[in-house]
Amino acid sequence: MTASLFIFFVLAALAVLGAVSLILQRHPIHSALSLIVVMVALAGLYLLMGAEFVAAVQIIVYGGAIMVLFVFVIMLLNAGEEERTNFSKLATYAGIPLAVATAGLIAAAIVRSSSGTLSTAGASGALTSTRTLSMLLFKDFVYPFELTSFLILVAILGAIVLAQREN
Amino acid sequence: MVPTTYYLLLSAILFGLGIVAFVFKRNIITIFMAIELMLNAVNLAFVAFSSAFGKGDGEVFVLFVIVVAAAEAAVGLGIIILTARNRRSLNVERVDLLKL
Amino acid sequence: MPILENLWIIPLLPLLGSAVNGLFGSKWPNKLVNWVALGSTGLSFACAIEAVREFLRYYAMEHRAFTKPFFDWIIAGSFRAGFDLQMDQLTVVMVLVVTGVGFLIHIYSTGYMAHEGGYYRFFSYLNLFMFFMLILVLAANYVLLFVGWEGVGLCSYLLIGFYFLKKSAADAGKKAFIVNRIGDFGFMLGMFLLFRTFHTLDFTAVFNQVGLLPRDALGQFGTLTIASLLLFMGATGKSAQIPLYVWLPDAMEGPTPVSALIHAATMVTAGVYVVARSQILYAHAPTAMFVVAIIGCATAFFAATIGLVQSDIKKVLAYSTVSQLGYMFLACGVGAFGAGIFHLMTHAFFKALLFLSAGSVIHAIGGEQDMWRMGGLWSKIKVTAYSMLAGTIAIAGFPPFAGFFSKDAILFAAFNYENNGKLLYGIGLLAAVLTSFYMFRLMWLTFGGKPRFDEHHVHVHESPKNMTVPLIILAVLSLVGGWFALPAFWGGPNYFAEFLGPVFGGGELTGEEAHRLELILSGVAVLAATVGLVVAWRIYGKEVKQPKLEGFYKVLYNKYYVDEFYQAAVVGPLVWLSRNVLWKVVDVGVIDGTVNAVAHGAAAVGDTVRRTQSGNARSYAVWVLIGAIVVFAIIFWPIFYPVVSVGVR
Repeated sequence: MTASLFIFFVLAALAVLGAVSLILQRHPIHSALSLIVVMVALAGLYLLMGAEFVAAVQIIVYGGAIMVLFVFVIMLLNAGEEERTNFSKLATYAGIPLAVATAGLIAAAIVRSSSGTLSTAGASGALTSTRTLSMLLFKDFVYPFELTSFLILVAILGAIVLAQREN
Repeated sequence: MVPTTYYLLLSAILFGLGIVAFVFKRNIITIFMAIELMLNAVNLAFVAFSSAFGKGDGEVFVLFVIVVAAAEAAVGLGIIILTARNRRSLNVERVDLLKL
Repeated sequence: MPILENLWIIPLLPLLGSAVNGLFGSKWPNKLVNWVALGSTGLSFACAIEAVREFLRYYAMEHRAFTKPFFDWIIAGSFRAGFDLQMDQLTVVMVLVVTGVGFLIHIYSTGYMAHEGGYYRFFSYLNLFMFFMLILVLAANYVLLFVGWEGVGLCSYLLIGFYFLKKSAADAGKKAFIVNRIGDFGFMLGMFLLFRTFHTLDFTAVFNQVGLLPRDALGQFGTLTIASLLLFMGATGKSAQIPLYVWLPDAMEGPTPVSALIHAATMVTAGVYVVARSQILYAHAPTAMFVVAIIGCATAFFAATIGLVQSDIKKVLAYSTVSQLGYMFLACGVGAFGAGIFHLMTHAFFKALLFLSAGSVIHAIGGEQDMWRMGGLWSKIKVTAYSMLAGTIAIAGFPPFAGFFSKDAILFAAFNYENNGKLLYGIGLLAAVLTSFYMFRLMWLTFGGKPRFDEHHVHVHESPKNMTVPLIILAVLSLVGGWFALPAFWGGPNYFAEFLGPVFGGGELTGEEAHRLELILSGVAVLAATVGLVVAWRIYGKEVKQPKLEGFYKVLYNKYYVDEFYQAAVVGPLVWLSRNVLWKVVDVGVIDGTVNAVAHGAAAVGDTVRRTQSGNARSYAVWVLIGAIVVFAIIFWPIFYPVVSVGVR
């Protein structure tokens, strides 16, 4: 058991626990905090893989902006504990089996194809420099980059329109 | 070093948990958070591939996913606020105006 | 030879008349309708005469029948049925009878139908009938003949049901058509068999091939015998023989000119014409000929017995027609086709005369048809009375009227027939006695004694000229029509038989012995007619009342209950089958059921799928998930079951 493997299992367990907690908590604020735990664990995993920039962005944007937004909305709407309604029989009985099926299908596919060069390579801890990333982002992927900036503009406009008071 | 397969399996597990949360939770905001969880699982898979291939393309894609998730969260939560104000409830099962 | 080259003009003229009257006649005055109808029929008659003249010249040079194809109607593989018309000696007789008697009856109808509604419709149908009948007799192949055959059946239906508002008339029209159809079924099967055997249906081609084949033996049911019997089945329907005669008495619901033209002179003779035309076929099938003879003889006797007691004047004449048609078939059955056609011609004259006279009587006393309510008319409607007397004498078979010669020829041929000929002769002779009896009964009941109707309410008047002139002409024809055979009586030639010789191949017995036998048999025939006359005079010559309906009289009066038997045995079960099986089970259950089940199925599917639209977001999420799983499965399929690529050898 190498060090990286050990760290991996710790962080993975943390992530899974956080996800399970998200499901089991009754109050949405607790679910939000669980999600933050998951995101931090994932950021750790990114660091383990050498994606330092992505890890930083994960914490700053996801954890610092998006989750804060969630918390603000929960506070704004005064969300309470969940109601225990259960109108959909389909969701109740078919939910878990289907989720297991999906995850199982993907897992099986992953395991099946693990005889290729991909798995033997393994995720190295080699650092991906920010320089490499920016070269890719602004040279090879400049069009998607511009489009995403456009997307953000649209989102801002949308949020403003939605938040307007009824005149 | 950690085999790529482990990261991918973790991604699959997180994705499955996200689906479970999506199907079983009744609070709109919690459902939204489950979507974020699923997106994160996918991000993990991308970074794992990027690291295994040694190229940075996967990480660039992750950046885009994060940006899109942010935009989506902003607009989505705006809609949730409006809907919640309208229906006076955060229970997704109460929003059933399309019922036949 | 202008007309002969364009034989189609003979049927076309009445067709034009029918179309013009049918399309435009409803707004026209009667006179205009008359011009069109009489003009077209008269012109057709004139063209027929001219065609006959040209044919005689043609025959003198070519010594064969004249056939001309006009256009190809059906071409299917190697089979060709064309619109081909022909003229030979048999056609000469038929076409002259049809157009001539038809023209006279058209003239009569202008008077008889003068006050009826639907005047133009009547003449349109009548002309249409002429068209189809002429197609029938001029056709050069079985297919075109069948077109005419069906067409006259249609016109019969239209004309019998002319007073369509009267239920009995409409029913009679239906009955005629349906019973005919049963016969037509046999006719068609016969045609199919002929086609299968000879691969053609042209008369000349078929008859040439038949001539080369050996005869079927008596009792053997070879192809030719079966084909002949099937064609005869059609003839029994069209010509009202046993067992398909039941429509003819009911057909008296139609106007009297219709009864005269269609059900006496022309349509009902179509069956005899077909048998005569197919003479070679029958000559090769002695079993079939025997069957024809037996049925003809039996019908002649059977119908005569029914006619003895009927009280409706037209019904008596109807059964008389059935009986006389039986004689014609008897003639064909024993091989005397010429005699059969001779009787056809003379019968056309005197039966048309009798029907038209009866119509004149009915017209005179204001619509009454029951003989028990007539009487004492002799002095009041002299022309009608004398005409009817002429017809009666002719049909009874007294010389020198036409019926004597033709009936005598038939009985003589029957006597000499090798297969039970004497028995057939005996029954035929008995039928002749009955014929004479019921005809003279009709005369005395109608014209004799004191009037049995209310003279104050009914004003008896003679018919107008356009009705009496055709009567006179037909009376003259009933007298002289048989004189073709007169010279045969003192050893000279029988012109009629000689004329038809090329068609039927001669074969009538000649020689001194035969001649003496014929004279003896003629005497016996006259004796038989006299017996009938005397008995009728004894019973009906004085005042008489209608007897009570009981015992055998009742059976005869009710036509041996044959109609009731058919109703119970055939019609009833068919209707039951139609109602309970075909309608309730097949139509409602299966067909409607299937369609309804499809609709219900669609509705049920919709009902089930509707449940997915619950409005519940969570269930929608689950459906999306299911879709996602399917997509994953499709994408990951090659990973699980990689396609093994076979190496190229």
